[in-house]
Amino acid sequence: MAYEKRFDGRKFDEVREMEAKIGIIERADGSAMFRTGKTIAIAAVYGPRGVFPSFLQNPKKGRLKCTYDLLSFSVTERKRPGPSRRSTEISMVTEHSLAPVLDMTKYSYAGIDLYVYITQADAGTRAAGINAASLALADAGIPMKDLITSIAVGKVSDKIAVDLDKAEEDHEDGATDLPMAMSTRTGEITLLQMDGNMTRAEIKEALEMGKKACEGIKKVQIEALKAKYNGGNKK
Amino acid sequence: MKAYVKSVLDANDRLDGRKFEDSREIEVSYGVSNKAEGSARVKIGKTEVIAGVKMDVGTPYGDSPNRGNLMVGAERLPVANPEFLPGPPNPAAIELARIVDRGIRESGMIDMEKLCIRKGELVWNIIIDIYPMNDDGNLIDASALAAVAALRNAVFPKLVEDKVQWGEFTENKVPLKFIPLTLTVSKIGKHLILDVNKEEEEAVETRLSVSVSEKGNVHAMQKGGEAGLSIEESDKAIGMVIDALSKLRKDLKWN
Repeated sequence: MAYEKRFDGRKFDEVREMEAKIGIIERADGSAMFRTGKTIAIAAVYGPRGVFPSFLQNPKKGRLKCTYDLLSFSVTERKRPGPSRRSTEISMVTEHSLAPVLDMTKYSYAGIDLYVYITQADAGTRAAGINAASLALADAGIPMKDLITSIAVGKVSDKIAVDLDKAEEDHEDGATDLPMAMSTRTGEITLLQMDGNMTRAEIKEALEMGKKACEGIKKVQIEALKAKYNGGNKK
Repeated sequence: MKAYVKSVLDANDRLDGRKFEDSREIEVSYGVSNKAEGSARVKIGKTEVIAGVKMDVGTPYGDSPNRGNLMVGAERLPVANPEFLPGPPNPAAIELARIVDRGIRESGMIDMEKLCIRKGELVWNIIIDIYPMNDDGNLIDASALAAVAALRNAVFPKLVEDKVQWGEFTENKVPLKFIPLTLTVSKIGKHLILDVNKEEEEAVETRLSVSVSEKGNVHAMQKGGEAGLSIEESDKAIGMVIDALSKLRKDLKWN
């Protein structure tokens, strides 16, 4: 059976309603919330600060360390607290997705710790997490060449779509999840993963759709930054 | 060394004279352990990985009462590389296992419903463990191939009154529907190349692993490394994998 109309009525290239907020955690050096539909991610940055244990210090460049996880009650069936194989992998790809826009050579011996947690999950959590993380790094005043924006594209039944929610991921005909992140300024993809079933041509189409979505998400991010730094940091 | 690797590629050559889209010689053999339900050894050039399948019975997950389970683990044993340390799997080992896992799982390679013994009560669990023996670059592709080969080689153990009779094997093969294969394209400078050796691997800026079924459909992808990749490069990398795999499938003569 073909998927003619999306469950929540969106167009196939339409993202869910998105919201971003900067500075949600007062103690952190930088923090942000990013919501897409019913998926909510929070991110906090601490640093640059000392790196422990000290053998992890690098005189040539600072160390970006990301920790991603789902809160136990963010999903239908309780998630056992503590790192899982999934969260370990997502922590690593999140780190790699942000690395291309950061110049860590300025922070010799130091570390930047980035914590990303999902408080409510409805698919697309790593993308929401990266969007929040990128804003938290900006809020912490870490020099960045661009904001990284992220979106999950994919395929629901027979249709290419952006920003799948959980109901779509669980479609009875099957769904493909293709999370991506981008520096829209250079067009560089900095996160690319996929599970499911698509042809080469479909993947290209999905990536182009995702690029457009990322351009829109970046506007949401910039508006959020402006809301906090209205006039304050003008050149 | 990194600059040298790059300069060789700039001259449209590789350290060992291969073309960009060529793999090193691939060798698959079976029967690493006679205690395993299935096992295989894969050599890609001097890189060597062994994988074994163990099977057990257990209760199914609530959301898949009529399906068996698959688990894939990988350990970067300190025998294979002077930089690998003993201890629990680190993020690199976890990523390796998950790339292999998704290639198998997402393609629907194993007929999971045939692993059901009694719906909601008892199913077969298939556990694949991967151990690199010698890391001369490109452990991902060697691991993915070893896991798939071990599955092709796997038979059910005997089951009497719901108890597995360890060490007694049947002649029944694990039911497979597809053979997904995974290859990784690496980016060094502006070049995209397949099957990096150790020296090349140290110069890799980013890589894309792609799992493809017989039909040429893509079932899993994973980008690694800290550099970006354009949409055009991603598309080209997928094409390189699809082309290289149609050649590899002929060489393996598995069909």
